[in-house]
Amino acid sequence: MAKLSLRGVVKKFGANTVCDGIDLDVEEGQMVCLIGASGAGKSTLLRCINLLEAVEDGEIFLDGKDIAEPGLNPQGVRARIGMVFQSFNLFPHMTALENAMLAPRRVHGRSKADLVGEVEDLFKRFGLADRMHNYPDQLSGGQQQRVAIIRALAMRPEVMLFDEITSALDPQLVGEVLDVLLMLKQQGMTMVLATHEMGFARQAADKVCFLKDGKIIEEGPPEALFDAPKREETKAFLGRALK
Amino acid sequence: MTPTKAAGMTRRERYETQQRKRSLIIAATSTVVVVACLVIFVPMSPGWEKVQRSFFNGGVLADTFPKLLDAFKVNVMIFAWSAPAIAVLGLLIALARDAKSPALFPLRIFGAAFTDVFRGVPVILTVYLIGFGIPGLGLPRPWNSPYIWGSLALILTYSAYVAEIFRSGIDSVHQSQRSAALSLGLTERQVMRDVVLPQAIRNVVPSQMNMLIALQKDVSLLSFIGPVEIFRQAGVFKSLTANFTPYVGAAIIFLIVTIPATRYADYLMAKQMRDRS
Repeated sequence: MAKLSLRGVVKKFGANTVCDGIDLDVEEGQMVCLIGASGAGKSTLLRCINLLEAVEDGEIFLDGKDIAEPGLNPQGVRARIGMVFQSFNLFPHMTALENAMLAPRRVHGRSKADLVGEVEDLFKRFGLADRMHNYPDQLSGGQQQRVAIIRALAMRPEVMLFDEITSALDPQLVGEVLDVLLMLKQQGMTMVLATHEMGFARQAADKVCFLKDGKIIEEGPPEALFDAPKREETKAFLGRALK
Repeated sequence: MTPTKAAGMTRRERYETQQRKRSLIIAATSTVVVVACLVIFVPMSPGWEKVQRSFFNGGVLADTFPKLLDAFKVNVMIFAWSAPAIAVLGLLIALARDAKSPALFPLRIFGAAFTDVFRGVPVILTVYLIGFGIPGLGLPRPWNSPYIWGSLALILTYSAYVAEIFRSGIDSVHQSQRSAALSLGLTERQVMRDVVLPQAIRNVVPSQMNMLIALQKDVSLLSFIGPVEIFRQAGVFKSLTANFTPYVGAAIIFLIVTIPATRYADYLMAKQMRDRS
């Protein structure tokens, strides 16, 4: 059974159908990359999986349980699925360490003392031990994004969603963030990424999905999709994206 | 001008130095002209002698100033207990108006009605209605004190304004902050308390400072229902001395407090603009 399964997911904003019947399976420990032009529905799909957007129709199974059921309490689901955003969205009035400890304290009711060692280990592991006590505006973009990843990991999520997390970064800072993703993959984290980093998707993904107009047009292992795309739309997109 | 002069100055710096000099000369000249006109022409007006005697009388000012200062302590006292109550009530009203749960719907209606009513009525009317109306119920001492009910009128009126400012502060926190907090599994209430409110409150500190300054002045409205604060005291001295100088003295005391406070609020506002850019 797949860790995460989407069946016929539909999301509309008014008359605009952003996700138009999406099926997707993500196996435990897999890294799945969603590619496609801006507005194709990648970000919205991730937000639907985390229940930040209520889906109109379809099912989303996490470990076989439908989490898209209307009326289900979303907090329990979100605590199991971490999400990292393009614009970092760190809480500016808290230090990096406080950012990472807020949710485990509030949601899991753990004490600061009980938590601090574990979270400090995360900062050490991702090379930010000397930045823990800084506020977000004292950190570079790459550091902020790595703190945002640590903040999500501190909840010990089972699945991580990454929404174009390198798009707001200066090119020389992209690498340090992508390295973190590779570390997570090695540790067996289940991940879904919306990304414009084609080189990274090709190198690291287990599966790549090409989205257009709210539909997954083509999916497959990166070699197949990048080297021998079957659909004209995919070819056209890759032609533009890789030029 | 030789290119060798003003060692180390760039072309731009030379130009700006020259411009600054020019601005300074123009500003100085126009100030001198305006002040000269005031000093020369105002005393030439036919009523100046009388105005000077009844509004700017040094002797009267010296006699009454210390007692006006004493009376100002009453203003400070009323201000000191009203301001914290306004902060708390204002925040509660703001939260009530943003309440989403259907069970709290009455609270939302109440919050909206509250702000509509107390922002819509002149402060002095609220002071009269509450300050005279409630003790008129025949309450025993000390519950008929105008200090209590006058303060309550100020607290209600100012809470309505302060609540709206808090609400704009809550709206000013970007939606992505809420998304990030929700994505971690926090409840709406936790998001508000831990993420949105701390930022919202910080964003509105300069605006709330301006409300504090306005409150400090409006405390004088309570003089109409009894308390002998500085404005009332100045009125008493006006009658005793048949001279308006005590009012000028009262104005000076207000300015001593409000000018630094206004400057500080402006400073906070400017600092916030800088931090955001």
